[in-house]
Amino acid sequence: MMEEGRKGRYTSSERRLQALVQHLSPSGSSLAGVVQMEVTASGPVGSVFEHVEQAPEDPILGVTVAYNKDPSPIKVNLGVGAYRTEEGKPVILNVVRKAEERLLADRSRYKEYLPITGLADFNKLSAKLIFGKESPALLEKRVATAQCLSGTGSLRVGAEFLAKHYFQRLVFLPAPTWGNHHKIFSNGGLTVKTYRYYDPRTRGLDYQGMVEDIRAAPSGSLILLHACAHNPTGVDPTPEQWEGLRQLIRNKRHLPFFDSAYQGFASGSLDLDALAVRSFVADGGELLVAQSFAKNMGLYGERVGSLSIVCKKEAIATHVESQLKLVIRPMYSNPPIHGASIVATILGDSELYAEWTIELKAMANRIISMRHQLHSAIQARGTPGDWTHILKQIGMFSFTGLNREQVAFMTKEYHIYMTSDGRISMAGLSSKTVPHLADAIHAAVTGLSFSRQ
Amino acid sequence: MAVAVDVSKFESVTMAPPDPILGVSEAFKADSSPLKLNLGVGAYRTEELQPYVLDVVKKAEKLMLESGEFKEYLPIEGLAAFNKATAELLLGADNPVIKQGRIATVQGLSGTGSLRLGAAFIQRYLPGVKVLISSPTWGNHKNILNDSGVPWSEYRYFDPTTVGLDFSGMIEDIKNATDGSIILLHGCAHNPTGIDPTAEQWGTIADVIEEKSHLPFFDVAYQGFASGSLDNDASSVRQFVARGLELFVAQSYSKNLGLYAERIGAINAVVSSSDVANRIKSQLKRLARPMYSNPPVHGARIVANVVGDPSLFDEWRSEMQLMAGRIKGVRQSLYDALSSVDENGKDWSFILKQIGMFSFTGLNKNQSDNMTDKWHVYMTKDGRISLAGLSLAKCEYLADAIIDSYYNVK
Repeated sequence: MMEEGRKGRYTSSERRLQALVQHLSPSGSSLAGVVQMEVTASGPVGSVFEHVEQAPEDPILGVTVAYNKDPSPIKVNLGVGAYRTEEGKPVILNVVRKAEERLLADRSRYKEYLPITGLADFNKLSAKLIFGKESPALLEKRVATAQCLSGTGSLRVGAEFLAKHYFQRLVFLPAPTWGNHHKIFSNGGLTVKTYRYYDPRTRGLDYQGMVEDIRAAPSGSLILLHACAHNPTGVDPTPEQWEGLRQLIRNKRHLPFFDSAYQGFASGSLDLDALAVRSFVADGGELLVAQSFAKNMGLYGERVGSLSIVCKKEAIATHVESQLKLVIRPMYSNPPIHGASIVATILGDSELYAEWTIELKAMANRIISMRHQLHSAIQARGTPGDWTHILKQIGMFSFTGLNREQVAFMTKEYHIYMTSDGRISMAGLSSKTVPHLADAIHAAVTGLSFSRQ
Repeated sequence: MAVAVDVSKFESVTMAPPDPILGVSEAFKADSSPLKLNLGVGAYRTEELQPYVLDVVKKAEKLMLESGEFKEYLPIEGLAAFNKATAELLLGADNPVIKQGRIATVQGLSGTGSLRLGAAFIQRYLPGVKVLISSPTWGNHKNILNDSGVPWSEYRYFDPTTVGLDFSGMIEDIKNATDGSIILLHGCAHNPTGIDPTAEQWGTIADVIEEKSHLPFFDVAYQGFASGSLDNDASSVRQFVARGLELFVAQSYSKNLGLYAERIGAINAVVSSSDVANRIKSQLKRLARPMYSNPPVHGARIVANVVGDPSLFDEWRSEMQLMAGRIKGVRQSLYDALSSVDENGKDWSFILKQIGMFSFTGLNKNQSDNMTDKWHVYMTKDGRISLAGLSLAKCEYLADAIIDSYYNVK
């Protein structure tokens, strides 16, 4: 905090030199050429920012940073959730390449600012994807959709909108949840609480605890729900459990906020992965959903996503959309065009769409097969414990049940990079690396005492 | 199936007013008059009043598609090659600050996103410190500061009697601010007035800022686009840096590389040591992660490719000179038309003295409304016109509209 100014940063001789320099340059000319002066060879004396501390590396993205630093040839990156092929390489979907070629070849395309809420075609198609073409909410025009920066950006814009316009400041997140959720909501102006979710004894869902905590939440609370393929656990409610949750949430007048980052990527079916969201729309109620195309279209770095707010009436959706603009404009003005154009091209073309569903299914299937291979490899080594959760969990991630010490051991001795909560990205595994991971897990479990998370 | 309640949770949400700047283009689209002219938003137009994608950008995108690079997440701080290039463009590649590692650069979502990161940082690490913004300034500056929770006040800038800079007012207000305030400065081509301090005036501004231990925060949205020269347009920033001042700079490549919709820019902190720079960078990352995780890759790669290839870089410089040249040409033509139409001998030379995309005509709200209602000329209500949206062919028409509005409307 600035209590008093810092005066006299420079010696008086330095000041005189500066003044002299200015007199020497012709008036009205740019001083561009003067900046070579050695007047400030030592730079400023101190900093107004001396009190700023070094922030720790982001726990998830920091895993990749550490992985990159490791020179070992047997290292495996199971940290961040980015899909890898059997050869361990990132992938650009064929449909994405085709879409990009079309966009580049289209001479009528410009790079003018998008509207604040983004590319209109993209918004329509994105909403159709999650809600279904025939969704009553869409047909009744009561959904406000804004293109945002992938899942994170959509969640953040939603949080800021709610902090401004919704009476209830409490948002309940599952325990555990994606590491970034907490800060997204708290920086966005909401108060974060949790509901029980993962049961370490079963390595499955603590449904009873989840229901109790949601029931105990003050009426009208925001409830964050992972639409499918829960991150980091891979544990999803069953359809029956979803129905129970829906009734509870509606009875308590809570407001559900879905995070949909894996539609199509979890089961391989776009419709199946959207069932939970659609059931909440079908009962006529309101909800928010943040969608990401990072994984299911492999567009990670392009930052494509959308926030949809399903409202009771069209007029309300119109108002809501106008207020979303006021949140977005001071954040980044309008969203980036490239990724959204790719998605709109694919979703809007029936052939590309069909091709996409095939590529998507192939990615989902590869992950499912990795689950089976890992499970078999662990069984083959006779590693103690029940490892069926690897098969039951769904999506990119698996909560192995390994604890911090075991994880640290695996990193140090086997160069396995994963988050310290025991989460591994199945998408980062291949047939070649499964044996190595199984060895590491076996050593960690048998070498150190296996305690519950 | 349990049915949800009938009452909306958003019943009380009111309709927000349209954005004053972006709303102008929407109104323009709705107008069916063949005479209509869009001088609202600041996006460059060719003489044929078409949007323009730079040739170097098309070339870079072609190269990018051919090389088939992956679309993995960028680091939170953005594309390293872009960050290096943007800092060098700003300060000059051989600037000692860069060699000493005293600059923290984080890729941001164009100018807006970079300003937002800077404001969020200020809110957290200089809590309660006020930002002084020029009167007038780009409309979104206030929104960015408000949403970041940063207090602000204004320093005098535009002098309506001269349609020029109220320099003494500016200096007085900066002097009167509490020591250690933050002063938001437009690096070049002030938006919305087009009025920039002279080099000498910049020196005096730096003197006062140094005396008061203020922190300068430059908004650099037009480097290369204002004068046609990247170096000239950065001279204000470089002058301050050379004096050893700590400062923040938000950059945008929307205009100078025509990358509007790609959202590419950067927030820079020039500070006293590389240690402080690293710490600031880590905290900027910590603010970006819960906002959008990591920035979009496409625009960053375009900039890195253009700047990293000497022949593309040269081509870029030429295209930038063309764009800046067209705007200067249009200013001249408008001035000539105004001078010839005006029977009262008003001095319209401020049009020539102002620089960049925008010109503050000096018209008030009623007069600006007349421009739109009677003449179908779309502009913002503060009297700002975007010269980038003006063609030589339309200068006479525009001059007629301005003369009519200025003299016949109060």
